[in-house]
Amino acid sequence: MYGIGLLKGLAVTMRNMVSPGRQFTLHQYPDRRVGLLGLAKQANTNLVSYVLREPAMAAKSLIGLATVKDRMPQHPRFRGEEFVWYEERCTGCASCAKYCPLGIIEIVTHPSGDAMQEGEKYAIDVFDIDIGRCMFCGLCVEACPYDAIHMGSGFEESTYVREELVIDVDRLRSAPKRPSTWFRPQLEGKGYQPLDGQEVSWKDVGRHQMPDDSELEDRWAKR
Amino acid sequence: MAITTEPVTINLGPQHPSTHGVFRLRVTFDGEEVVDVEPVFGYLHRGTEKLAESRSYVQIVTLTDRLDYTASMSNNLAYVRAVEKLAGIEVPERAMYLRVITAELQRIASHLMATGFLLNDLGAFATPLMYCFRERERILDMFEMLCGARITLSYMRPGGVFQDAPAEFWPALDTFLVETPGYLDDLENLITGNEIVLARTRGVGILGDELAIATSVTGPMLRASGVQWDLRKADPYEVYDRLEFDIPIGVAGDTFDRYLVRILEMRESLKIIEQCVDQIPRGPIKPDLPFNLRPPEGDAYAAVEGPKGELGFYLVSDRGIAPYRCKIRAPSFINLTPLKEMVVGWKVGDLIVIFGSVDVVLGEVDR
Repeated sequence: MYGIGLLKGLAVTMRNMVSPGRQFTLHQYPDRRVGLLGLAKQANTNLVSYVLREPAMAAKSLIGLATVKDRMPQHPRFRGEEFVWYEERCTGCASCAKYCPLGIIEIVTHPSGDAMQEGEKYAIDVFDIDIGRCMFCGLCVEACPYDAIHMGSGFEESTYVREELVIDVDRLRSAPKRPSTWFRPQLEGKGYQPLDGQEVSWKDVGRHQMPDDSELEDRWAKR
Repeated sequence: MAITTEPVTINLGPQHPSTHGVFRLRVTFDGEEVVDVEPVFGYLHRGTEKLAESRSYVQIVTLTDRLDYTASMSNNLAYVRAVEKLAGIEVPERAMYLRVITAELQRIASHLMATGFLLNDLGAFATPLMYCFRERERILDMFEMLCGARITLSYMRPGGVFQDAPAEFWPALDTFLVETPGYLDDLENLITGNEIVLARTRGVGILGDELAIATSVTGPMLRASGVQWDLRKADPYEVYDRLEFDIPIGVAGDTFDRYLVRILEMRESLKIIEQCVDQIPRGPIKPDLPFNLRPPEGDAYAAVEGPKGELGFYLVSDRGIAPYRCKIRAPSFINLTPLKEMVVGWKVGDLIVIFGSVDVVLGEVDR
C-alpha cells in the first residue's frame, strides 16, 4: 500500500523522540542554565542544605540566572592548545622546530655552561609557538627526544588579536603543567587525567626514569 | 512558430549549500531541464601535491588528513602504504589490524555522512542527517580516544600507527559494534521504504556499467552500477585477505542503488571490524624507524579502497628526505567524470540529488 514506508519512517522518528536510550545528547556549551534542583545535584547535596549554604546562588537560580559548566567528555589524548613545556627537560636542541610541518616554532638559544655532556644543555632565549597557525598534529611532541614538550588539553584560547596567539617562553614557563597523554604512554598507565587539574612534575613525565646526580656523574666519568 | 526560445546558463555554486563545498556547476537549462553541465573546480586548491615535495615523509601524513576531510584515516592509510612500498618497510601485524579497524570505522563515518547529505539534498531537511551524525559522533569519539583528534587524525605513520589503542577503546568499540546494526535498521526503516525517496531516486541518474568502467569510476558508485570491483578483494592489502566479507553491488546504477550500496557496505564494514577485533594479535605497533626517512631511488604506487573509491598515492623518491613527486589519485575527482551523462535530461532538483549521490568531497577534488 502506498504510504506504508512513510508510516514506518514516522514510527522511527517517534521512537527516537520518546525512548531515552536513543535521544540526542544536548550540550549547551559553555554553560547550561539550571534551576535550584540542578544546582543542588551539581553540588552533591540536598535542596535544603544547599539553600542554607549558598543563599545567593539559590536566589539567582530562582530568577533563572544560575548556570553550571556543560562539557562533553574529553579524552586524555586530546591534542589541544596550552602546550606544556618543561624547561628542566629541554636542552634547546630545536628538534620540535625542525619537525614542525609548518615551521611555526622558533627557538633561539645560547650555551648555558651547565650539563656539558649527556644531552648538552642550552639556555633558551626565545621559544615562540604561533598557535594561530598550528594545526595540532603533535609532530613536535613526537620528535622531542627529551619529552620536554607535550600537547595541552585546552581549546578555548580564542583571542581578538592574532599577536596574542603567539605563545612566548614566559607564557610557556608559567602555563599549568597538565600535559595531554598524546604520544606519552608513560602518562597513560597511571590513570592520569589532564582535566582533573592535577599538575605533573617534570620528573614524572619522561619515558625513562630520570637518573639522579650521582648516577649521572658516574656515567660521565666513564667517557 | 516565429519566436524561438534558447537555453539559459546558470551558475550553481560555488557558494551553494547543495554543492558539498565550493564547487561550481555551469548548467545550461532549457526551462527546468538540464541540457548541459560543466563542472568548474579549483576553489579549494591548496597545492597538496606541491607542498608534499617540500615536506618530509612523516610530515606529509598531516597533509593527507586534509584531502578528504570526511575520511582522514583512509587517506592516511593510502599514503603510508605508498611510503612503505617505496622504502620497503615491514609493518607489524597488530598495526595492520589497527589500521583496518580504523579505516573501516572511517568508511562507516564517511558513508553515514554521504547518506545524510543525500537525504538533505532530497529535501528531508536535517532529520536523517542528524540521525547519521549521531552515529558518526560515536566514531569520532573513538578516534579522539585513539589519536586525540576527531577530523584531522594523523593516526598512521609509515611503518605502523603512532600509538596503540588505549584500554577504553576496546569496550567502546564493542558497544558500537553491538548497537550500530540496530541504528542502521532504523535508518533503513526511515529511508529505504519511503515512497518519496523512492520516487525521487529510483531510475534517476542512471550510470550504466559500461560508461562507469569507461570513465574510471570507482567505489560505491561503480559497484552500484553492477560491477563487482573492490580493491579489498581484487588486490587485498593489509589483512583483508584473512577477512570474510561480501561486496554489495547494485543492479540499475541509479541514485537509489548508490544509496543502498553504501548502507550495505556499512554492514559489511561492521562484519570486518568484528573479525579484526577477534583476530588482532598482541605485539609491536611500529618498527624502529628514523624520523626522516630516505627511501631508495624509485617510485611506488599504492592504492586502497577508500570510502569514495580507489584512493592512490604515487610517490617518486630521489633519496631525499622529501618525495621528488607526489601524485594523488583522488576518487572524488575522477567520479565526477560521468556527471554530465548522468544529469542531462533531468530537472534541477534531480541534478542536485544525482550530484549528492556521487558523494564528492571538495578537499579531494581540488587537492
